[in-house]
Amino acid sequence: MECSSLVKKFTNELASKSVRGLSCTYREPFGSCPMQKTTEVGYNSKVEGDVIVTRADAVINWFRKNSLWPMPMGLACCAIELMAAGASRYDIARFGSEVMRFSPRQSDLMIVAGTVTYKMALAVRRIYQQMPEPKWVIAMGACASTGGMYRSYAVLQGVDNIIPVDVYVAGCPPRPEALLDALIRLQNKVAKEPALANQKRAA
Amino acid sequence: MSTEVHDLHVKEPAARVAEGVNNLQNAGAMVHATPGNSDELQDDPGEKMVLNMGPSHPATHGVLRLVLELDGEIITKAIPDVGYLHRGDEKIAENMTYTQFIPYTDRLDYLAPLANNVHYALAVEKLMGLDKQLPPRCQYIRVIVTELARISAHLLGLGAFAMDVGAMTVFLHTFYEREKIYNLAESLTGARFTTTYTRIGGLARDLPPGWIEQCRKFIDEVVVNFDESEKLLTRNPIFVNRTRDLGVIPKDVAIDYGLTGPNLRGSGIDYDLRKAHPYLVYDQVQFDVPYGSVGDCYDRYLVRMEEMRQSVRIIRQCLDQLPGGPVNVPDGKTVLPPKEKVLTSMEELIHQFIIVTQGVDAPRGEIYFGGENPKGELGFYINSKGGGTPHRLKIRAPSFVNLSILPYLLPGNMMSDTVAILGSLDFVMGECDR
Amino acid sequence: MSAKDLALKLAAHFGEVISTPWEFREEVTVQVLDENRIQEVCAYCKKELGFDYLVDLSGVDNYGEDPRFTVVYELYGYGHRNYLRLKTNISEEKCELPSVTSVWRTADWHEREAYDMFGLRFAGHPDLRRILMWEGYPYFPLRKDFPLAGKPSELPEVAFSNPAPLEGGPFVTVAGGKDTIAREPRVRVPETDSLETNARLERRRDLGRADEQHGNIKPAP
Repeated sequence: MECSSLVKKFTNELASKSVRGLSCTYREPFGSCPMQKTTEVGYNSKVEGDVIVTRADAVINWFRKNSLWPMPMGLACCAIELMAAGASRYDIARFGSEVMRFSPRQSDLMIVAGTVTYKMALAVRRIYQQMPEPKWVIAMGACASTGGMYRSYAVLQGVDNIIPVDVYVAGCPPRPEALLDALIRLQNKVAKEPALANQKRAA
Repeated sequence: MSTEVHDLHVKEPAARVAEGVNNLQNAGAMVHATPGNSDELQDDPGEKMVLNMGPSHPATHGVLRLVLELDGEIITKAIPDVGYLHRGDEKIAENMTYTQFIPYTDRLDYLAPLANNVHYALAVEKLMGLDKQLPPRCQYIRVIVTELARISAHLLGLGAFAMDVGAMTVFLHTFYEREKIYNLAESLTGARFTTTYTRIGGLARDLPPGWIEQCRKFIDEVVVNFDESEKLLTRNPIFVNRTRDLGVIPKDVAIDYGLTGPNLRGSGIDYDLRKAHPYLVYDQVQFDVPYGSVGDCYDRYLVRMEEMRQSVRIIRQCLDQLPGGPVNVPDGKTVLPPKEKVLTSMEELIHQFIIVTQGVDAPRGEIYFGGENPKGELGFYINSKGGGTPHRLKIRAPSFVNLSILPYLLPGNMMSDTVAILGSLDFVMGECDR
Repeated sequence: MSAKDLALKLAAHFGEVISTPWEFREEVTVQVLDENRIQEVCAYCKKELGFDYLVDLSGVDNYGEDPRFTVVYELYGYGHRNYLRLKTNISEEKCELPSVTSVWRTADWHEREAYDMFGLRFAGHPDLRRILMWEGYPYFPLRKDFPLAGKPSELPEVAFSNPAPLEGGPFVTVAGGKDTIAREPRVRVPETDSLETNARLERRRDLGRADEQHGNIKPAP
């Protein structure tokens, strides 16, 4: 029962985003790429019933984006807004980030919330390296994005100096709604990734 | 293919352990016997383990690193390693005017930014000699705002403490009330919590219409929430067993280590800066100062719980006594003049220009001002050589001093008690590292 | 007893090591003229005068003056509820003074911070190492000749520490500038700042401009 309702939700989502098998949810800046334009494929329920024929990429990305478990790297004041985003008013769990695990091995998303100092940079980098693929990073707040208002001898001017960042959130601190907006943008970004091509293969 | 079935000879667990220890000791004895082998001592049964409770840890309330030496489960040595959030505030202060530094004070104790703003403004006003000239409305509003910040900080401190000890519900309850404080702060200042509300010589703006009613409504509701949290925790046998008689700080040790705030009062010393050296209008409102008897984690929890109720009492009295009038000192050279005058009149234009670019003109000299922050005594030592920038601004952070007691407090306790002790000390790394 | 009385009692006991106390904004400050005896003075304050709480211990860098560093001790007594400030100067060559950790245990971390930020060594400190910056950081950040942006340094096995891009530097007024013209915010380089101000004033004096006569230079209060 639950399976079929999940399946229906999945297919409805795909169907709503596609038109007759072609799906253009964004404008391709470099013209049409011969490989694959998008990873979403339409579905005609009248023809196929409860069976979906789709790309593996679409399925994998759908699973991934709807259950991004964050690893909160809560360093300073932004951590309080991160906690507020996880609390009951702005519930981050309804977007799939159900568990805020402080264990890097069990998370997909690292939210760097707060000022990264040079002394802390080692720990941040090490924890990022401990996360298994696939992983994404949200730099939350002005201090994590660019060093913020602390332009001094001890502050790393942006966490993107040591780890690759996917979404930057502006604000000091950003409202929890801004963080949720960043999460949604990240979900859209994840949905467009060529998951199978990116997968690392055993040598 | 025929498989043979063997009988497994499984020993009793106790016997297995005894045998294992015996083997280890024999191996150790052999290693000990050969001289000059001290480098290869491994698996020595008496050796202590060094555990790194790293900067990224859910229970360390920020980026604190504790290097713990454990003998089994008991901690024998604890070395805190701070500085993971050192942002260079004091050096930045030497490059900013006094007004430009106010946003940095927000981020010190980032759980109660309004309180930090107020104490910094009071310190600079003491230097300038303006603290006696503050209009009464300004003083009452500052007190209201400081006490709201105190409630907010204690709510989060208690919520995090309870969550670390295991009671997750309390955390969500307290965050619900903090959201209401955020609403109040947002309608007052525009920001949920890094407020930058006070200015040298007054406040950024007066109370918006309707704020007083909102505040009254809030304090009526928050007392209900305190009762709920107390019902969940105060007589909860699990919570009491986890915190009672743990992390006891005797009185003389507390004074010697420079503890202040609820940590000091939990140890039984009846000292509160608001009563001992009253500033603003604390001498015109009635409130009690709770203090503990034993100095354990449970006492500190009770002290914070009761302080929140006293803060509600203070806010109620201030709202009743709130006078009208201006909120800024009538000094054209310190406070920004109203915009319509700036755009039309020459003198105000010059004042605006000088105040914004060069800052207020502080006299030469040095002062120290300590105020009762939710975490303890937040002090500012300002050494000024005149002009708008301090020559040296030292922030006496209560959390920095409170943390220095950890090497004394942690040894002898079990590893899982560390979390309860850290939660009860209630420190903030933004303040500790500045 | 008021703070002034306690300060006079301290001065009477120690004689010429203690200067006469002065007051500013109702706070009493006393200068300890011999920094090697600071530990004795503090021990006397704690035992005899009842200052059982060391509120703060901070260093100050008077760049351009000799002696270069000042250490400020803020004391408080729970019994008589008075504050007292002790100051002592240390020259740059010596950079060392006795630790007061044996008097108040809270001085431990404060002195470590003073060492970390200024390079002041405290003799007799149980564990003098850096507290806010990492071990092995080669500079002392709060000295006036260290730029706000920082200097590049080595951090073992990781992230680099390039100086922060200040894009031309913060526009700063100077502390203690003589008049509004001298205090105009501009990019300031701390090690030449006081010299720059003095040089400019000399030039103006030489040219004999009328500004001098309008009394723009405010005397220190």
